[in-house]
Amino acid sequence: MTNPTLILADTATMLRRDVRHAVRFPMLTISGLIMPVLFLLLFDGVFGHTLRAGLGNTVSGGYINYVLPGILVMTAASVAEATALGVNADMGEGIIARFRTMAIWRPSVLAGQVVGSVARTLITGAAVCFFALALGLSTNGKALDWLAAIGLFVLLSFALSWLTVAFGLLAKTPSGANSLALILVVLPFLSSAFVPTATMPPGVRAFAEYQPFTPIIDTLRGLLTGTPSGQHGLVAVAWCVGIAVVASLWAVKLYNRDSPIAI
Amino acid sequence: MPPKDARPLAIEAVGLAKYFGSQAALTGLDLIVPEGSVTALIGPNGSGKTTTVRILSTLLTPNAGRATVFGHDLVAEPEAVRASIGVTGQFSAVDRLLTGRENLALMARLQHLRRAVALERIAGNLERFELTEAADRPVATYSGGMRRRLDLAMTLMGEPRVVFLDEPTAGLDPRGRLVLWRIVRDLVADGVTILLTTQYLEEADRLADRVALIDRGALVAEGTPSELKKQSPGGRIRLHFAEEDALAAAAVEFDGAERNESDLSLELASDGSVDGIRQVLDRLERRGITVESLSAQPPDLDDVFFALTGNRPETSSAVASGVVQ
Repeated sequence: MTNPTLILADTATMLRRDVRHAVRFPMLTISGLIMPVLFLLLFDGVFGHTLRAGLGNTVSGGYINYVLPGILVMTAASVAEATALGVNADMGEGIIARFRTMAIWRPSVLAGQVVGSVARTLITGAAVCFFALALGLSTNGKALDWLAAIGLFVLLSFALSWLTVAFGLLAKTPSGANSLALILVVLPFLSSAFVPTATMPPGVRAFAEYQPFTPIIDTLRGLLTGTPSGQHGLVAVAWCVGIAVVASLWAVKLYNRDSPIAI
Repeated sequence: MPPKDARPLAIEAVGLAKYFGSQAALTGLDLIVPEGSVTALIGPNGSGKTTTVRILSTLLTPNAGRATVFGHDLVAEPEAVRASIGVTGQFSAVDRLLTGRENLALMARLQHLRRAVALERIAGNLERFELTEAADRPVATYSGGMRRRLDLAMTLMGEPRVVFLDEPTAGLDPRGRLVLWRIVRDLVADGVTILLTTQYLEEADRLADRVALIDRGALVAEGTPSELKKQSPGGRIRLHFAEEDALAAAAVEFDGAERNESDLSLELASDGSVDGIRQVLDRLERRGITVESLSAQPPDLDDVFFALTGNRPETSSAVASGVVQ
């Protein structure tokens, strides 16, 4: 059953289920929004003044301009973290065992959750951008730049969602799934999210420069402020595609193990 | 009795084995389920009933052996197997955040039913399982019995040719049990094959035309309920006497019988046949012992179960018979 229409139909059915869950149980979606908004307020309102002074003339506009891309990446990670929890809880439900006994496109349960997670990330990201505008964000990006930024944001969310779906499948408990996904939320601290990597001590700097979030953040920053982001863009896309491919294969492999729950 | 091979096989399993670590759940199970039959899988707790259902419904991969469902190999063609089966297990396989109707609609979409067919089947199943009133309430508000019924309704949305029922009536009230039995009979009348596991031997006796008894992961006995009962020495004859002397004399004649002084009765092992009863009465007459009354009880599946596995079923048949009489 690898007929493309069936793949799309089953994924759409599972997405519908995921959206219904999100609407009826909105806490997970809301918790995904709280963290990035808090960090936005904290870094712009509390640390922003000092951090902006440290940046000097290397950037234009307020600190909000510098920090927003990093916060957006944390948004994608934070929503994906909630997805890990949701998937883990869902996998304990008897209905998943029923899905496994049905002649459907097997990964559709996972694909539906990934697409749902990306949709939640987009909505949450839009909310974060509105907060940023209220806090004085000024953008020089043209419409095309914004479109490209949204495209990269969606790709990032797609990759992180597959990764956290795999975490949700791997972990035996919801808190285990949460701990694994938390790594993704913390990782942006060791990147160019809050300060340029050039200002970091050598060891940290090497890590920060080569970890995937840095080129993604730099690319988003370039697009939003209308400055060229050069080859960062290619590296950013390559990371996202690579993570998505590996994580989705991993997630499907985990899902295809013997059913962990009885029916 | 119809010959066993008259019907094509819905399920055929040969030498199924499944290990969880060093724990053996199945150690080489052979099982056949003829098309259109109700086959009951009975056995003590931990004997491998649920593991068998989980393997046959493609949830678990066997470590050894092979099995086919309508000729499709479980491991090589799982999609073809899944297309013809429906499973209702011990834990409700329903989506608690959705309503009953939404759960059925979810199944209809996953079965790729056309809209008109889907709406018709949803309405039909809600009606059949007495869920129409509760259809638009979230399943989280349903009682256990309602969840069970919704679970089975979901299983039937795809009109499967084989339905697996793993302890379908465990925890149901008497009415729920009767409703389920009726549904099973309706399904069989429509030509659906059923493999059910149960702890209630009376349920197997009433519903199944074939019983497979498994113990420690392997088949111990199989056949129709009456064939199995013949293999068991478990039948009883109960003699009631008017006087203590008669009871005492009979107890001497039938050494090893169970003597009950309080109601002046004696219980003997017997196959419950007319011949067996006649022999007992002949012996009493020869000794001049007068019997007041006699009752005969043929062996039931409890006796078969006990004789072949050395265990009494954990939920005694009293539980089952108490609620269905």
